[in-house]
Amino acid sequence: MKSSVITFPGSNCDRDMDVALKKFGFKNKMVWHADAELPKSDLVVLPGGFSYGDYLRCGSMASKSKIMQSVINFANSGGMVMGICNGFQILVETGLVPGVLLRNKYLEFICKNVFVKINDKKNKYFKNVNNEVLELHIAHNEGNYFCTQDQLKQIEDNNQIAINYCDENGKIEDQFNPNGSIKNIAGIFNKEKNVLGMMPHPERMIDTSLSGEDGSLFFKNLINNLK
Amino acid sequence: MIVNEQVAIDHGLKKDEYAKICEQLKRTPNITELGIFSAMWNEHCSYKSSRLHLKKLPTKGKKVIQGPGENAGVIDIEDNDAIVFKIESHNHPSFIEPYQGAATGVGGIMRDVFTMGARPIANLNSIHFGSPQHKKTKNLLRGVVHGIGGYGNCMGVPTIAGQTSFDSSYNGNILVNAMTLGLVKKDKIFYSRAAGLNKPVIYVGSKTGRDGIHGASMASASFDEKIEEKKPTVQVGDPFTEKLLLEACLELMTGNSIIAIQDMGAAGLTSSSIEMASKGNLGIEINLNKVPCREAKMTPYEIMLSESQERMLIVLENGKEEQAKKIFDKWNLDFAIIGKTTKTKKIELYYDKEKVADIPVNILVENSPMYDRKWKKAKLPKKNKIKKEDIKQLKIIDVLKKILANPNVCSKEWIWQQYDHTVMGDTIQKPGGDAGVVRVHGTDKAVAASVDSSAVYCWAHPLTGGKQVVCESFRNLISVGAKPIAITNCLNFGSPENEENMGEFVECVQGIGEASDYLKFPVVSGNVSFYNQTKDQGIKPTPSIGGVGLIKDYKNMITMEFKEVNNLVLVIGKTEGHIDQSLFARTILDEKNGPPPEVNLFNEKNNGETLLKLIANNLIKSAHDVSLGGIITAVAKMCIKGKKGINIKKPKFLINEIEYLFAEDQGRYIIEINKKDFKNVADILNKNAVHFDELGTISENELYINDKTKVTIDELSTTDKSWLKKYMSK
Repeated sequence: MKSSVITFPGSNCDRDMDVALKKFGFKNKMVWHADAELPKSDLVVLPGGFSYGDYLRCGSMASKSKIMQSVINFANSGGMVMGICNGFQILVETGLVPGVLLRNKYLEFICKNVFVKINDKKNKYFKNVNNEVLELHIAHNEGNYFCTQDQLKQIEDNNQIAINYCDENGKIEDQFNPNGSIKNIAGIFNKEKNVLGMMPHPERMIDTSLSGEDGSLFFKNLINNLK
Repeated sequence: MIVNEQVAIDHGLKKDEYAKICEQLKRTPNITELGIFSAMWNEHCSYKSSRLHLKKLPTKGKKVIQGPGENAGVIDIEDNDAIVFKIESHNHPSFIEPYQGAATGVGGIMRDVFTMGARPIANLNSIHFGSPQHKKTKNLLRGVVHGIGGYGNCMGVPTIAGQTSFDSSYNGNILVNAMTLGLVKKDKIFYSRAAGLNKPVIYVGSKTGRDGIHGASMASASFDEKIEEKKPTVQVGDPFTEKLLLEACLELMTGNSIIAIQDMGAAGLTSSSIEMASKGNLGIEINLNKVPCREAKMTPYEIMLSESQERMLIVLENGKEEQAKKIFDKWNLDFAIIGKTTKTKKIELYYDKEKVADIPVNILVENSPMYDRKWKKAKLPKKNKIKKEDIKQLKIIDVLKKILANPNVCSKEWIWQQYDHTVMGDTIQKPGGDAGVVRVHGTDKAVAASVDSSAVYCWAHPLTGGKQVVCESFRNLISVGAKPIAITNCLNFGSPENEENMGEFVECVQGIGEASDYLKFPVVSGNVSFYNQTKDQGIKPTPSIGGVGLIKDYKNMITMEFKEVNNLVLVIGKTEGHIDQSLFARTILDEKNGPPPEVNLFNEKNNGETLLKLIANNLIKSAHDVSLGGIITAVAKMCIKGKKGINIKKPKFLINEIEYLFAEDQGRYIIEINKKDFKNVADILNKNAVHFDELGTISENELYINDKTKVTIDELSTTDKSWLKKYMSK
């Protein structure tokens, strides 16, 4: 399986994602934002970080960079595109997934482990994951997902919510919502479910010495689903 | 502008210093030159009051690759890997403008590290605020934490450990000390020594603006009521540019084009160019019209004294200019050839084809003032007579809860959750433990780091306090299973012109020196921050020690949380019952006098090394050093983190229970072992003549003392975690 990780100026989880993808069997390539062509890929990842310093709006300038036109074309033709954290912010700026990401409710950067409940498994990202709940890690300042009521209705009608913040038993309640996201949304798909944007970082949970191993579960499953 | 003595005094120079300048130049300096002198000769850059004493610190060792004098210290961690590290203060700017002050402190220290070719892999910080009741404290704390996070998070470098304290002596002078560790291959370290003639001098990074002019001079003076006017001297950070600068510099460093490189930190272009010239015994000629400027019509004076951030100065090999420029173009950074090295041994500046400065480098550096300031030796205070009857009436659990809720002991989760501590995917011990630990990427090795200070002990008796801080750093590293290698120090003191403050400095440094020499824990880098005072009110002497150690196999790392019910808990090291200057005495008995706990370096070393032996034999399940709040506080923290309880049985001690549990004697650790290993552990401890007490057994979820007093761990945990969150949400 071939993957590509895009490096924007200010990306800082690009290496971590490269390490994780390779660990679970992807042949990964790092792609520079100013390139025009995307290498042949089964998966494209927009990594976390502070692309363009998060100036203007998080993800806004990166969404207009040269490589993104190829990424958008790739996504529109059904290619798998995953945006993590700042990558998610870039995805909402391109319009590939609906909604926006506001500043966290308590106006503070937050770095900690969270539990998320998988809302939909009829997609290549979460199909065959045995667990209902994953323990992942978040580290962001602008992860407060928001959309209009009409958008929310569409999202729910199409079952586009990927994961919701919850407790270890999968209970989705306000007290387990770290950033004020509407409906505890932690990740969301496009209509066709080939594009996934999420705030948690699975690449930081890939060995027992780190924060946990549910990231491994996610990547192992992902590569199997793509085969 | 005509330069005279008054102008020199307005620049922070003393009368005799100005006379010395005129005498050595054999003429009156012009305003640009005077600015350069004031920048180079202020306390912050010249170390004029501290140099004499810093020379006495032990700086050598088998593992030391580079000691003080470079951008940062470098130590050997084997297999051609080295760690570059340093701590630095950004106190004055952080008080004036907490967000930018703290942010640029973090940015500056990271630049010091990647200037040497190392990729930063961990950040730490030591931050000290006034009394929680003081009107400024909350906003300063919030601003500093946001600033540290804002910069470090954007750079993608994990902040893995730190220390926060509150004390009314910081009401008018907070402390912000930032530390960075970087990883480099031993044969790819870059230095700041220029070499060769007619080599191009290159400016890279951000453009130069009018921000931060005289920042270093500001940091070399006391505060008065007009500090708010100093806001423009605080630099403004741009972590995004620094991230680009980091990547561009590391990319350039993969080739062989750099001869010398130096970041523009305090005193900007002035100190960076002069240091490179001085170390290389060369001259440097700069055409100031070539310096990329953010604003039009900046004068030579402003260009030379600007402390705009995210800039570097490089001496390049001839013919490598194009190749280097390409890299900086790729990262959208300025790149300008602004001068060359010369044989004149002078710093020569041109602007609009006119020579605007012409100063022999040696006058600025070697001949800079050095003072043997008067200082007063501190007496060891007399011991307090604490009435045993008063103590006996206290309820242990009540006291414990008060201590856990104390601002200096309680959980700092509110702070470190705002720092990205997991980016780079190698953080294996997060903040909240004894030391932060990161793996050396792609290897089995891990590096542990901690930052410590004990202002109260240093204030009570500087010599003992200086020793104690080094020992505490040593213990924190050992508690996670790391072999301590070296330290960096950030020496925060009041005015060197005050004999008592100067005495505190001299004796703390002596204490640091004695302990680091004995423990073979040399000082490889550091910085001095004097004049931490508002009017006549100075801070408590606060040396911060950043320690670094190595864990050869990261799987053998130790953490502090209790692991398993029925395991035994021992106290390593002898408890004499030293209560004076303990948190217990100061907050519960309201007794602020008396000597700090004595430091016995032999025991410190022996206890620590023996614990490392136990760890190497896989006999230790968890460990934690005993510090503020004594044994019971240490044990409570281990219970809280491990969500386990403990049955404490009164050991056969001679002193009373309260003294035993709350005393702050040094050289002690709490360890958890499996019952079946007890004989083995006891043998090793006895063989090495290490005193130990059997303290108790791990249980489900309550802390019991002698089967009669108890409290649930949930309750302790809530007490521990609530104070700071409540304080910040009010």
